[in-house]
Amino acid sequence: MSDLDLLYTEVEDDLRASLRDLLAARCDSSAVTAMYDGDRSVVDPLWKELAANLGLAGLLVPEDQGGQGASAREAAVVLEELGRTVAPVPFLTSAVIATTALLGSDAPLLAELAAGERTAALALPWSTAPDGPLTAVAVEGGRLTGTVTSVAGAVEADVLLVLADGFLYAVAAADAKVTPVVSLDMSRQLADVRVDGAVGTLVVEDGEPAVRRALDAGAAMLASEQLGVARWCLETTVEYLKIRRQFGRVVGGFQALKHRLADLYTGVESSAAAARYAAATLAENDPDATIAAAVAQAYASDLAVLAAEEAVQLHGGIGMTWEHPAHLYLKRAKSDQIALGTAGAHRARLAGLVDLPA
Amino acid sequence: MTLAERVAAFLEAHDPASTDRLEFLRARYDAGLAWVHYPEGHGGLGLEQALQAEVDRLFAEAGAPTNQPEKNGIGLGMAAPTILAFGTDEQKKRFLRPLWTGEEIWCQLFSEPGAGSDLANVSTRAVLDGDEWVVNGQKVWTSGAHNARFAILVARTDPDQPKHFGLTYFLADMTDPGVDVRPLRQITGEAEFNEVFLSDVRVPDAQRLGAVGEGWKVANATLNNERVSIGKSAERETGMIGVVARTWREHPERRTPELHDRLLRLWVDAEVARLTGTRLRQKLAQGQPGPEGSAMKLGFARIAQQLSGLELELLGEDGLRYSDWTLVRPDHVDFTGRDAGYRYLRAKGNSIEGGTSEILRNIVAERVLGLPGEPRVDKDVPWKEIPR
Ligand SMILES: Cc1cc2nc3c(=O)[nH]c(=O)nc-3n(C[C@H](O)[C@H](O)[C@H](O)COP(=O)(O)OP(=O)(O)OC[C@H]3O[C@@H](n4cnc5c(N)ncnc54)[C@H](O)[C@@H]3O)c2cc1C
Repeated sequence: MSDLDLLYTEVEDDLRASLRDLLAARCDSSAVTAMYDGDRSVVDPLWKELAANLGLAGLLVPEDQGGQGASAREAAVVLEELGRTVAPVPFLTSAVIATTALLGSDAPLLAELAAGERTAALALPWSTAPDGPLTAVAVEGGRLTGTVTSVAGAVEADVLLVLADGFLYAVAAADAKVTPVVSLDMSRQLADVRVDGAVGTLVVEDGEPAVRRALDAGAAMLASEQLGVARWCLETTVEYLKIRRQFGRVVGGFQALKHRLADLYTGVESSAAAARYAAATLAENDPDATIAAAVAQAYASDLAVLAAEEAVQLHGGIGMTWEHPAHLYLKRAKSDQIALGTAGAHRARLAGLVDLPA
Repeated sequence: MTLAERVAAFLEAHDPASTDRLEFLRARYDAGLAWVHYPEGHGGLGLEQALQAEVDRLFAEAGAPTNQPEKNGIGLGMAAPTILAFGTDEQKKRFLRPLWTGEEIWCQLFSEPGAGSDLANVSTRAVLDGDEWVVNGQKVWTSGAHNARFAILVARTDPDQPKHFGLTYFLADMTDPGVDVRPLRQITGEAEFNEVFLSDVRVPDAQRLGAVGEGWKVANATLNNERVSIGKSAERETGMIGVVARTWREHPERRTPELHDRLLRLWVDAEVARLTGTRLRQKLAQGQPGPEGSAMKLGFARIAQQLSGLELELLGEDGLRYSDWTLVRPDHVDFTGRDAGYRYLRAKGNSIEGGTSEILRNIVAERVLGLPGEPRVDKDVPWKEIPR
């Protein structure tokens, strides 16, 4: 089980490089900060560029269904870069989670998502763990009625995937009431979704397993986003402490800080191993994938929060400002920690998976 | 011929059941199947290190005798790669084969009473006399010196140079009459390590490893290997986590929610450390071990200490007992061996031996992250003028 390649292939490195250039040009941190004041103008053009022009929306979709036929390994690299820039695009919610829920179905929607023509969101609270309770709506004669709160990716979606009676339905966003909520992380703004007799198209008969598979994949992939967040925090903090001087010395020379950063580095490298393993097992359909996803979430989500908290603290006053981007990472990291199950929820899940019962 | 075919052909020619153990091991070395990533003629075939596991598995399946690597950890993990990197052809020929077969056990004569973390401060002197060096001084914490035939030794050859420049690295014979090994008892009750007194010990110049004055560079290669070898483990639940998980499964009556929470956290940490180790080894598959190994060792020590402490609490009343305080001089160390009390106490050494966790954090901060070094008042001063 440890023969899987936990490093990056050349193809993955190339993907990262092109994505990094594009994000540097198109996803300025001040544009992300502006989202907190309601200016979301960065989102649409950026997502269009990534989804359709770069073809990222179809990464996980097989070629004969209109996708790129790549794997979770490449998707993970994309998420590292998106995390690194707290990019406000619905890649994780649409191209990973909603897409995975549809993988296996013959709904034409899958090809439309893969082409970046449409964007979907799985209508569940963003805090839902892969083994947690699933919010469903009522269905009667193909008409759906109910509310799902705190859905990620719904603001950007034109189609929503809704669970009802064990089936998964697609509902046009235009036929639902999507109410954006003021969120801790406005770079992934949540929305409450209300359907009131909306017509749904049945897309997956065996809805619940498909949704759990999608959440599992989401949890595995989220670890790479968290890794990207943590890497940015570590690197930015190290660079700052190499130039910031107090007491006639570079602050990064004080041993108390060196040791904290060494520990953070150790944690980030560990996160990388956990995230890569989760991605590699998912890509290979390895039987260890579920454990790997739970391990990755149990580790990487807390580590990203630690990295962001250290970044704020070690920047001093500037770290507390609206102007410095550190807060974007703190808000993303803290929201990501709760997303798809907290670290504690994943540990509790592991207790069953690895036979360490309470 | 594939590697598997090579092993099969070797086993065909040397039946493990009827061949003398040492003869078998020497032949395996000569066939290049000892450590396949070593060069031909030195026990290897110049292949990727990753292929070794498969070779070892095939030999184990055939019931072949092993070289008992647990008894020669310092030899295999530290002396051998350093000899390979810096040794002359004669040195490699003389030392590597009996080292690998376990005929000659090695120890590490680095630390001294005045030179621990500050290894470059060693004061053991080596003075050239004809084509031999005469060595005088005291070493300490020398693990396994009581079983060792040879030692890797760092000594001062030029006290007029600043401390890092006046050192030289030697391969010393522990049977020299000037070597006096005395047990040093440790917190577990046993004496795994020793004090070693060196009085006019004679080391031929041919047993100098690397150039005169280059001892610091050579020693660092050894230490990087030490940190990588310490952080090793491949399968899930190997090492301390395996032991504690077993205890947990065997004692449902002792479980509490608080212990459960700690166990799961540590299980995750141990699993992630295992993956980090795998990832690091993949990175190093071709290259030399670098400072990243230090980060691994930091995590390994913390997890082992927390797990072994947890196990004692889990055992409750039984955790109050200890197996045996008798002074013994073991021929190998097993961090996960003996009883829980021993494991708890022995694990304390994990953050001291092979570089303390504080020193490792300095190394990571400086060499990986590029942060400024510690103030070094003694760095550019001739060694003999440093107050001590
Ligand atoms: C079980 C065991 C086996 C060993 N086996 C061997 C062996 O076989 N061969 C061998 O040569 N050695 C061996 N050692 C020795 C080991 O390498 C040293 O103990 C270690 O390097 C620390 O040196 P010291 O004991 O002198 O502690 P010191 O260096 O005196 O350290 C005291 C404390 O100060 C801290 N400290 C020191 N410098 C700094 C700094 N710059 N910044 C922050 N903190 C600092 C240390 O972390 C430590 O907490 C062994 C040790 C143990 C425990």
